[in-house]
Amino acid sequence: MESTKTKLIASPYIIWMAIFIVVPLCLVIGFAFTTKDGKFTIENIAITAEYVPVLLRSMWLAVISTAICLIIGFPVSFIISRLMPNRQGMLLTLLLLPMWINFLLRTYAWMTLLESNGLINKFLGLFGIGPFDNMLNNQGAIVLGMVYNYLPFMILPLYSVMTKIDESIIEAAQDLGANYIKVIFKVVIPLSIQGIYTGVTMVFVPSISTFIISRMLGGGSNDLIGDIIEQQFLGNSYNPHLGSALALVLMVIVLLVMSLFNQFGNEENIAI
Amino acid sequence: MDKTIISLKNAVVEYDEQKILKGINLDIIDKQFVTLLGPSGCGKTTTLRVIGGFVKLAGGEIFFDGKKINSLPPHKREVNTVFQKYALFPHLNVYENIAFGLKLKKLPEKEIKMRCEEMLELVNLLGFEKRSVNSLSGGQQQRVAIARALVNKPKVLLLDEPLGALDLKLRKEMQIELKRIQQDTEITFVYVTHDQEEALTMSDTVVVMNNGNIQQIGTPQDIYNEPVNAFVADFIGESNIIKGIMHRDFLVEFAGRDFVCVDKGFKKNEIVDVVIRPEDIKVVPQITGEITGIVESVIFKGVHYEMKVNGAGFNWTIHSTQSQEVGALIGMNIAPNDIHIMRESEVE
Repeated sequence: MESTKTKLIASPYIIWMAIFIVVPLCLVIGFAFTTKDGKFTIENIAITAEYVPVLLRSMWLAVISTAICLIIGFPVSFIISRLMPNRQGMLLTLLLLPMWINFLLRTYAWMTLLESNGLINKFLGLFGIGPFDNMLNNQGAIVLGMVYNYLPFMILPLYSVMTKIDESIIEAAQDLGANYIKVIFKVVIPLSIQGIYTGVTMVFVPSISTFIISRMLGGGSNDLIGDIIEQQFLGNSYNPHLGSALALVLMVIVLLVMSLFNQFGNEENIAI
Repeated sequence: MDKTIISLKNAVVEYDEQKILKGINLDIIDKQFVTLLGPSGCGKTTTLRVIGGFVKLAGGEIFFDGKKINSLPPHKREVNTVFQKYALFPHLNVYENIAFGLKLKKLPEKEIKMRCEEMLELVNLLGFEKRSVNSLSGGQQQRVAIARALVNKPKVLLLDEPLGALDLKLRKEMQIELKRIQQDTEITFVYVTHDQEEALTMSDTVVVMNNGNIQQIGTPQDIYNEPVNAFVADFIGESNIIKGIMHRDFLVEFAGRDFVCVDKGFKKNEIVDVVIRPEDIKVVPQITGEITGIVESVIFKGVHYEMKVNGAGFNWTIHSTQSQEVGALIGMNIAPNDIHIMRESEVE
């Protein structure tokens, strides 16, 4: 009886998923494999080969952004998880505070900061340094924007697994002769591996498919795969069939990368 | 003379401006089983953590083997700890947990394997190597924790209430086991507990602590038979503690009459604490009793009956193998060497 009740409670979500996830996914697949006249074709998929350089660039920037988020997020999460509970809450709120502001506004803010006559150059000018004209409209600016926007998605899952690591386990490792670096590699990382998976997924997936950040901070010359897909639906080069094919290829790549990463992580876990 | 392995000199620990340790002096003798005993919050665990290196001294000094180690981090100290909640590594199996310390020392794989197997045998866990630590019972986890610490052959093993989470029967077994391990390995054990019986059973030396101070250091016999103050007497087994006046050497007044005792060296008419063990009060017919009282309650405790008797303005606790009727008027006699006179203690 209990389980039927549980199923009933879950049903609205299942219906929601069916309508807004499964159906659109089927539509994407449908568009990707048809021509304008509705005939079956694999031509759309074949054309995506032209966009391999863009895809590679997108992947490269996403990997870099994810790595930077992990390098920054790991120590930050660990330090927060070791503080007194009331301070933990305060610091987390401070870290998440920017997320209360609209995503677009935050990215615009970076534009005004990095511009040739932006705030950073004006500030540096006070000391006679600069101006630096090339801070905006390059790949570095795109990575900066991704790291800035997605860092909380790395910190939150890491923090939530790290708070579960009892202080006495860390003390036990020190007691057995581990210095601080050894404690991190032999105990903290293996015990937060689930948070690392989640964090990497949550940063990598939006990074590889972003189009707003690359358009605003990349200056139009650094289009990513997300921009190309968007143009197929909303831009001048209207072609939802190609757009769908690109989206499908991207999805397959993301799934492959993530499953590879999980596989690698699992083996790593056993090896320790 | 026995060698001192750890020495605390006027050790002070503060936390949020509160003094947890108020300047204690303690010498731990090599190869002994030393127990820090006291109620929760007395500073016994803090003392252990000072030795382990997890708590820094705000004042005073700590010496290990004659060397000052105030600022030596935990991973460089030649001590190992068995933590209260075991603190096993959940991502490692039994063997990997035990081998953790040896692998950090980069010992050859062969030696690690040999020493781990030796340990598994010592704690009766052969065959459990590949098991996940989460699948073990409390007692087994406890033994893994002990093996993980002992395998490093520390000079001193610190144990923080290691048997607290086990049931009574298992606890008794592990007490004997631990004592055996200590004697076999000849490693100094510093053991923290709030269980006085555990302390008396296992220790060579008992250190009774209260309020961040050491109350008494001695053998279990010393602590039980010659407590230095009412706190120790009360904490080590039940006691009747009553105010008295020391009229002169060997004569004390309490419960409304004079008693001959064996203590001396007090000021004339000094107010003292008189401590009498419940089992030292003899129940006699009312007429021959030095004190008389009415039995208020009788509880069967297994080996003996525990009786509460109201007499001479005091509530006496008596342990006797013979039961009395509730409401009966009885006499009580106390032999001179069962009367323990103590200076009024400042504590409590």
